[in-house]
Amino acid sequence: MLADQVTGTATGQDPVAVAKPARARPLWLAGALVVLAAAMIAGMLGGAAEISPWQVVVQVADWLPFVSADAGLAPVEQGLLYELRLPRVLLAAVVGGLLAMAGAGYQGVFRNPLADPYLLGAAAGAGLMTTVAVVLLPGSALTIPVAAFAGAVGGVLLAYVLGSTTGRSGGTATLVLAGVAVTSFLSAVQTFVQQLGVEELRRIYAWILGDVGGGWEQVRMVLPYAALAVMVLIVHGRMLDVLAVGDEEAEALGVRAARVRLVVLLAASLATASAVAVSGLIGFVGIVVPHVVRRLAGASYRSVLPLSLIGGAAFLVLADLIARTVIAPAELPIGVVTMFVGAPFFVAVLRMTRGTAT
Amino acid sequence: MIHAVDLSVRLGGREVLHRVGLDMPRGEWLAIIGPNGAGKSTLLKTVLGVVGHHRGEVVIDGRPGRELKPRERARLLAYAPQTPALPPDMTVFDYALLGRTPYISYLGRESRRDREITGGVLARLGLGGFAARKVGELSGGERQRVVLARALAQQAPVLLLDEPTTALDLGHQQQVLELVDRLRTDDGLTVITTLHDLTLAGQYADTLLLLSGGRAVARGAPPEVLTGDLVGKHFDAHVMIEPGPGGRPVVHLVRGGT
Repeated sequence: MLADQVTGTATGQDPVAVAKPARARPLWLAGALVVLAAAMIAGMLGGAAEISPWQVVVQVADWLPFVSADAGLAPVEQGLLYELRLPRVLLAAVVGGLLAMAGAGYQGVFRNPLADPYLLGAAAGAGLMTTVAVVLLPGSALTIPVAAFAGAVGGVLLAYVLGSTTGRSGGTATLVLAGVAVTSFLSAVQTFVQQLGVEELRRIYAWILGDVGGGWEQVRMVLPYAALAVMVLIVHGRMLDVLAVGDEEAEALGVRAARVRLVVLLAASLATASAVAVSGLIGFVGIVVPHVVRRLAGASYRSVLPLSLIGGAAFLVLADLIARTVIAPAELPIGVVTMFVGAPFFVAVLRMTRGTAT
Repeated sequence: MIHAVDLSVRLGGREVLHRVGLDMPRGEWLAIIGPNGAGKSTLLKTVLGVVGHHRGEVVIDGRPGRELKPRERARLLAYAPQTPALPPDMTVFDYALLGRTPYISYLGRESRRDREITGGVLARLGLGGFAARKVGELSGGERQRVVLARALAQQAPVLLLDEPTTALDLGHQQQVLELVDRLRTDDGLTVITTLHDLTLAGQYADTLLLLSGGRAVARGAPPEVLTGDLVGKHFDAHVMIEPGPGGRPVVHLVRGGT
């Protein structure tokens, strides 16, 4: 039978059988982690010239459990690092990682390189609920993070329900169109609500353009959701590779395509919603980081997902560093930086890797 | 090996398959022929179990299709579609390795054995040197073999091929079908193909099933089905049919028909 013949040919010195596995190569992972560590140290330094990178490293080591080290920093400097810089860098890293990974997940599920984490109405939903919280219910229990989270989840669910009830057989095209419809509609409502309280326009826009200065409170708030979403997404790398051959063939390989898609969508949307809740609508990370990763390290989702997580984190930490140093003491909104710096960077990577990928 | 009774499928309010049955012994090659829109692909997909709602029953290797879990079914039936979606950046090896999916748990990963089997299949199809190439860089004939490699990596006893020769030149058509024939005899595979080319169907298949308007209008050995009457009537074509090598008929199109 086939099994015997096939293994018979392969047990020898078959060159084909030793082809490398599709998971992320250790070298790429290590490289990405080094970049992230460097970005985080740079982010901790941030502009205060009297602290050296080495002091930051020693001080961070001192904060770790079971480690005691003296960086020679004054209490004020320690406080600055611990209360302001560290949570800011961590929040930027978590949000960047979440958005990039969610973007990769959406691109896999929709088999569409243009898919981003806001495709299904997460951004519009969050925008609407945040505006409602700021304009209609100021000072109530509906804080901005809670409103944004609820709005993002609500927007995605609305799009999903519309897309799967009007579509013929749960195809992805209807889902994308439902997302477009939900986004337009919710944005219109958001603009309307916004007009009711024009004096709050500044606050709303500041939120929309993104901010990762929420402090420890928001880091703690986002971590449980982030951990859950990241875990679910990471383990679905192989399934997303199978989905790449199309629903029908995936079914023929014994995979329930619609179920995989739903699980990945839920996890990616949870990642998006938690990122949006603590940082506003930071654009471009979710679309550009997975593509750069693909160009450099290959298209398998088993490497795209973890490398997007790390790369997105590094990217947003650096973007935040630029945002708060370039016109210091004033700050640029981080969403402006991601687009202003990210777009040329993306074009540069596309040119560099020309001819190596699609 | 494959036993199907009264398969009927409605798509978009139209009945595309009407009470078609199949009864195939192990090792048989069945070619489904018929004009465009006759329901050939639908029949193949109904056997495969990816058509949402159908009436009738499919029994695969003595097991009712409805009771099979997707993974169990995928270990019995391997499928190569007419226009496979080939992720351009995936390597040939990783693409063929997808065929091992039915043997890997939901969150699991490929074992060494999965990789060895895939490597063996590639070597067997003469694709050993292609393992590291990207799927998007292959020619039409190479692509068809890579898709076949993925299907064979499934190690299923039944091979379902939807138009395996589409877009291939004469030589590559022959190559692919010879390959399928060799696999069938060597491994005892049961093969169902849809084929547009009637002569090719007559050359390779043991049995032809002629579908027209969703109904099975003729079935039998090639000389019984490839007759001027049947082909002329159901394809609305003017043809001349000659007895070919081994008693297998050759179908010629004649100018000035219809």
